[in-house]
Amino acid sequence: MKIPEKFIVALLALCAGLTILVTAGVLYTLASEAIRFFSEVSIVDFFTDTQWTPLFTEKHFGILPLLSGTLLTSFIAIFFALPIGLTIAIYLNEYAPRSFAFRIKPVLEILAAVPTVVYGYFALTVVTPFLQGFIPSLSGFNALGAGFVMGIMIIPLISSMSQDALYAVPKAMREASYGLGATRFQTAFSVLLPAASSGIIVSVILAISRAVGETMIVAIAAGMQPSLTANPLVPVQTITTYIVQISMGDVPHGSLEYRTIFAAGISLFVLTFALNNISFWFKKKYQQKYE
Amino acid sequence: MSQKLEAKNVNVFYDQTHVIKNVNLSVKANSVAAFIGPSGCGKSTFLRLYNRMNDLIEGFRKEGEVLLDGKDIYAKDLRVEDLRKKVGMVFQKPNPFPKSIYENVIYGLRIRGVNNKKLLDETVERSLRQAALWEEVKDNLKKSALALSGGQQQRLCIARAIATEPSVLLMDEPASALDPISSSKIEELIYELKTQYTIIIVTHNMQQAGRVSDTTAFFYLGELVEYDTTKKIFMNPSDVRTQDYITGRFG
Amino acid sequence: MNRIQTNRIKDKAFQYFGVFCTFFGLAMLAVFVLDVLRKGIHRIDWDFISNLPSRFPEKAGIFTALMGTCWILILTAIIAIPIGVAAGIYLEEYGKRNRFAAILEINITNLAGIPSIIYGLLGLEIFVRIAGLGQSVLAGALTLSLLVLPIIIVSTRESIRAVPRSLREASLALGASKWQTIWNQVLPAGGGGILTGVILALSRAVGEAAPLIVVGALAYVPFAPSTPLDEFSVLPIQIYNWVSRPQQGFVTNSAAAIIILLIVTFLMNGIAIYFRSRWQKKVKW
Repeated sequence: MKIPEKFIVALLALCAGLTILVTAGVLYTLASEAIRFFSEVSIVDFFTDTQWTPLFTEKHFGILPLLSGTLLTSFIAIFFALPIGLTIAIYLNEYAPRSFAFRIKPVLEILAAVPTVVYGYFALTVVTPFLQGFIPSLSGFNALGAGFVMGIMIIPLISSMSQDALYAVPKAMREASYGLGATRFQTAFSVLLPAASSGIIVSVILAISRAVGETMIVAIAAGMQPSLTANPLVPVQTITTYIVQISMGDVPHGSLEYRTIFAAGISLFVLTFALNNISFWFKKKYQQKYE
Repeated sequence: MSQKLEAKNVNVFYDQTHVIKNVNLSVKANSVAAFIGPSGCGKSTFLRLYNRMNDLIEGFRKEGEVLLDGKDIYAKDLRVEDLRKKVGMVFQKPNPFPKSIYENVIYGLRIRGVNNKKLLDETVERSLRQAALWEEVKDNLKKSALALSGGQQQRLCIARAIATEPSVLLMDEPASALDPISSSKIEELIYELKTQYTIIIVTHNMQQAGRVSDTTAFFYLGELVEYDTTKKIFMNPSDVRTQDYITGRFG
Repeated sequence: MNRIQTNRIKDKAFQYFGVFCTFFGLAMLAVFVLDVLRKGIHRIDWDFISNLPSRFPEKAGIFTALMGTCWILILTAIIAIPIGVAAGIYLEEYGKRNRFAAILEINITNLAGIPSIIYGLLGLEIFVRIAGLGQSVLAGALTLSLLVLPIIIVSTRESIRAVPRSLREASLALGASKWQTIWNQVLPAGGGGILTGVILALSRAVGEAAPLIVVGALAYVPFAPSTPLDEFSVLPIQIYNWVSRPQQGFVTNSAAAIIILLIVTFLMNGIAIYFRSRWQKKVKW
């Protein structure tokens, strides 16, 4: 009876250890193909060239247009999601009855559960035509509509994490403010938000990371033209959509074009990895504050 | 009568905190020993040494010897699962499993692979009778244990503990979470059970200790201040701290 | 108007704004669902569900994609659930104080933050090429299994952490070993929570398109897969394919396919929420 139990524990540990292999696999995959890519393309060009045209006869391998497309759509998403998400967090934490706040949370989570192709369809066929009514110069594919819809998807991420951060503010601090005659609004903005700011920053960083890695919404609604621009009204291409574009076509394995998706992939990985770890570091720091 | 349980020069540490200080204590077979003392005095910790439940706590460290029937229960070759079969435990709050009454009682047998229906049925009846619960539940053995009242749940937990036929029964404030009537039922039960088991009971309730126990140990700040017959402890304690505690409690 | 009044008005105004924001996202979703229903519901009939893909929008159906989604769902469940639950148990119950567990923990947090398309690149290189599985439904399911593994692990851990200590102690005090206690008490008591996490993870897998596109799921597959090594498509990829075409007929098709996909997703999420609320009630004994 003693030996089988040890065997079971070993099996469990093996399953847990498998997650290390996943990370190793990701690193190996990205690095091995990217190294081959960078043996043919100069890393300086990769970061400084302002054009990304791997499929043309005159090839340019500058990641900047893809990066700018990625950041542009992400920032549009955050621009919409942050005020809304934060307001929801404050409202549910300070104004709404506890039972309502408790019940609405899983309902808001539905926004994050809708498949992203569905959001993409929404951005392309509903939001963009609607916006074109106000902005005639808006292209059929654009960063604005895609970013806006992405923002809706990200709302629950920001609201739920910010709510946790606001909730963690010591009760005494809140009571002190109310005791001095402050309204809920004043308490929220002059006491709670500053006190919970690091937690809110964590939620924003994670939301950016989520937006940066988002694929299908931008693939459907933001277009496939890499261009180094901050104009939200024209088509852009993100790192993720480029990978989709190549995967949908038939680029022969082992070719330089094939390797470009791994070079794009490793850029994306480094970006999200950095964002995630900055947020973990921040989180650790602010958790210590009230312990 | 022989010494059922012996503790020799026992010290317990949680990380750096010294919670049990050099305790020597023996309990005779088929007697009831009560551990009393203010909260945090180490009496529950000491109780949990006898079935090694402290092993589960991070940072736990023990020095000295704890013997059951003359054998070291912390010996390397001893399986803690076998020890806990011999030393049953009843907890402060009733903690039945979210299963039927029947399945609760036979849990200790099931995990040892006993599947003989007749033996299981007999065990259920015997244990529930001993725990004075049989008459109340005999028609509802398939009912969820969570549907029972608090007092019934605690008696079920006692039945569950004695189903594996232990020789020692540890009780950690078994009646503190119950109403007075349920509480007195548990006390009666303890009185009956001691013919078959050696019982150690941790309690905050002085009257209870006085009523049910043969010997009483008074713990204070991790030390065993005094250990003697219950009569002596309550009538004529040798240590002034014991006196203060007991009289303080009685007002 | 004095200062206190202004403050009160601000307070009240923000309250209404709060209500507005809380329902803003949901209202957008509602608008959208209605729009999709309006555009697509008339297209849904038995033919739409049972027809193979076609160049003609009126004849095209989602049969192969739906079957592909079923294959992905089942294979992912078979692969990811045992591994994820086992890993969760190990981390929560056995790996509390060792270095290995500390590394695993950081690792899993990071895995959860990797964009899904990167998992696609992993699957393309490891499963499709090195393991030689080709652009098969098995390669897709393995890829998605790795993607949802962190979700299952984290929810397993949270569920078994919520199991009261008294239950474990009761079992251990009766002489049960650690594993017996986990198997007989902790897992059944935490089962509702684990189930919730598993369903949410699978719902995520059903909605994913990006990693499968990279792995090589095809937009056009003439037949439903009959073995795990067959080529495949899934509903989200079918939708992506249709929505990118200029003809209005295909956009209608994509709306109809979205209705089917949303039904599946909402159903799975609804079941998960139901289990979670039931389980939360049960845990408080």
